[in-house]
Amino acid sequence: MDADLVLTGGEQSPLSVSGAEWLDWFKLLKPRVVSLVVFTGWIGLYLAPGHLNPVLAFTAILCIAVAAGAAGAINMWYERDIDALMHRTRNRPIPAGRIEPGAALAFGLALAVGSVIMMWLATNLCAATILALSIAFYVFVYTIWLKRRTPQNIVIGGAAGAFPPLIGWAAVTGSVDVLPLLLFAVVFFWTPPHFWALSLYACRDYTRAGVPMLPVVAGATETRRQIFGYTLVLGVFSVLPWALGYTGALYGISACLLSLGFIVCAWFVLRDGQAEDGTSLTGDRPARLTFRYSLAYLAAIFLAIAADHLVH
Amino acid sequence: MDGFPPRPTPEQAAEMARRQRGRNLALILVLGALAVLFFAITIAKLSQMG
Repeated sequence: MDADLVLTGGEQSPLSVSGAEWLDWFKLLKPRVVSLVVFTGWIGLYLAPGHLNPVLAFTAILCIAVAAGAAGAINMWYERDIDALMHRTRNRPIPAGRIEPGAALAFGLALAVGSVIMMWLATNLCAATILALSIAFYVFVYTIWLKRRTPQNIVIGGAAGAFPPLIGWAAVTGSVDVLPLLLFAVVFFWTPPHFWALSLYACRDYTRAGVPMLPVVAGATETRRQIFGYTLVLGVFSVLPWALGYTGALYGISACLLSLGFIVCAWFVLRDGQAEDGTSLTGDRPARLTFRYSLAYLAAIFLAIAADHLVH
Repeated sequence: MDGFPPRPTPEQAAEMARRQRGRNLALILVLGALAVLFFAITIAKLSQMG
């Protein structure tokens, strides 16, 4: 019998079927996260000096996407217990019982190993090494070590999502330079305000699952302060590529305006009407706005640097 | 043992078969795309050497 077809039945309970659709395996790869990773990875590849054959460039981006998906699948395997407790994640393929945990782990491991080997064969050892490092960081450092232990999980773990521009750059050049490191820093400092804005209004879910997100551990007021602080730091790092002469004014002005918008959003989060414990009295409207803005911000920052590169 | 493993009803069997077909088709497409990609990578690498 197929491993992921589950038949249960007997005299008391009617027979039921729950088998995985191909779409469930696809969902295991966290396609929304992958789309962001592909985008930032492609920008890193596009900005890098030198030329990469289009087939190899496509393969490099594919490997980044598959590796991110593999890390997502392994993450879902490890977090299946807390996923089942959270409203946002309880319908994922593993907690919903559509895919067996062991099969998901095998799927993730196979894709992780395959993507790293393929990256090495298609591009170079440097890109493949950073790719392997990013998977290991997401799985071991973020998922297994930090996520359930410290409210700093998002801060340090955010590095995992910041690797793609470095990998894209390394796929072309075989090395790492200051500009991709600055892009790494932009994604790194973008991650905390992005996720903490979400966690402000998804706090109950995290509390139920026992995940020590900042609002759960330190409270909403401290989270609002941290969001504002990290947004200021992000603003500085997003302008640095221009200030250090790596980009032109198009990017510089865009980064200034976009960061100013983010800081205004974070200010509204900070000044949101609150109860004594910091809980929002407005249904966390500013936090929801900041979460949406942060998604647009990252896309716009990377588009701006690509556009700037195009006109230079 | 009677009744174990439980036998699917015709509707359930049809649904299982449909899902199995979907997964098989997806796997065929992925493997085919992978074969084409490997061929393309080989050509690209050879042209780089040349």
